[in-house]
Amino acid sequence: MPNAPEPRAPRRVVVDPHGPVLVEGPVEVETPDGIRRSDRFMVALCTCRRSRTLPWCDTSHRPRERRR
Amino acid sequence: MSAVGPAEAAWYAEPRGEVSAALADCLRHGREAPAGLVRAAGGAGVDPWGDDLHFALYLLYELHYRGLDGVSDDREWDPGLLRVRAALEGRFLDALREAVPSPRTVEESFGPLLTTPADRAGGVSGSIAETGGLWRAREYAVLRSPYHLKEADPHAWAIPRLTGRAKAAFVAIEYDEFGAGRAEAVHARLFADLMEDLGLDAGYNRYLPAVPAAALATVNLMSLFGLHRAWRAALVGHFACVETTSSPGSARMVDALTACGAGPAAIRFYAEHVTADAVHEQVVRREVIGGLLEDDPALEPRIAFGCDATVLLEDRLADHILTAWTNGRSALRHPLPQPVAA
Repeated sequence: MPNAPEPRAPRRVVVDPHGPVLVEGPVEVETPDGIRRSDRFMVALCTCRRSRTLPWCDTSHRPRERRR
Repeated sequence: MSAVGPAEAAWYAEPRGEVSAALADCLRHGREAPAGLVRAAGGAGVDPWGDDLHFALYLLYELHYRGLDGVSDDREWDPGLLRVRAALEGRFLDALREAVPSPRTVEESFGPLLTTPADRAGGVSGSIAETGGLWRAREYAVLRSPYHLKEADPHAWAIPRLTGRAKAAFVAIEYDEFGAGRAEAVHARLFADLMEDLGLDAGYNRYLPAVPAAALATVNLMSLFGLHRAWRAALVGHFACVETTSSPGSARMVDALTACGAGPAAIRFYAEHVTADAVHEQVVRREVIGGLLEDDPALEPRIAFGCDATVLLEDRLADHILTAWTNGRSALRHPLPQPVAA
């Protein structure tokens, strides 16, 4: 077929099994509170829902140290 | 409000012992470093954690960054000064090697950093929050200023020494640190904004005479690693350690600065590091350390050493600060005067 569009290279995202999902930026995230944008070269999306900076990861997924 | 601080002192005005006094003299008057100074710098009489050594080393390293007022740029590669520097570095490295367990794996060094401390309110940020005023926040900013006003600069020395995956990822993080093409977003600029927001003078090395050895040592460590190709893996370990610990530490600083009534620019510096460094931590551990170890697995103990040495010096600095504050003293060599309303 003439003028067929080039197939787009798939965007690979990286899943940290115990942490965020890494997506190449810039990124827009639709959230219930509106669209959040990040221009960073890579963006870490929170998946544990503990982040205080949702939708971005703030490392709150890390296990808590046991109290000594 | 006018900037707070003692009257501006020249870098050579307050040497901290025999070695730094003799060195400041050589630098200031364009004299060659005498053999006796090299011997003294490497001698057992110099405390490897002390003010004399770390101030002298800081001055010598500064020749590789922005230079010192009144000192010729040519002296950066002066063989006599390099011999003094090597002697001081030898003392410092011997002390680090003795204090840091080695050899360790990357997992052993970084594993403990990937947990959230049980006592989130403790430490330096907790102490800043509990004063109900800004003086501890100001002291902390002054202590950190030699580091953050050149944030990411020493790490740039790693770039020509890395290849492939490690290099590409490392440069991507550095690009972010340097504002991703925007001067107003360079992290060192954000720290200058924080200082001004706290009523401090953000001039480069402006508060150097007030900064004690415990804080200078954290900067000297990364300069040492950065200026020696042999320590490139330790520089990567340092970088990865900072990125790994920064995000939760910065979140605690956001809380502390908010609690003591700091302004938006001060809070922004740490808020930016919460999300930026959550990304950087992932990229540096996966791609930079992963890539470097793929290229040269023998570098692993050096990466771990860089991380462990960083943790050691950060713990020493936190002890210094908390000991001073708990005893009602300034953590600086000279306390800042109380700011006056303009």
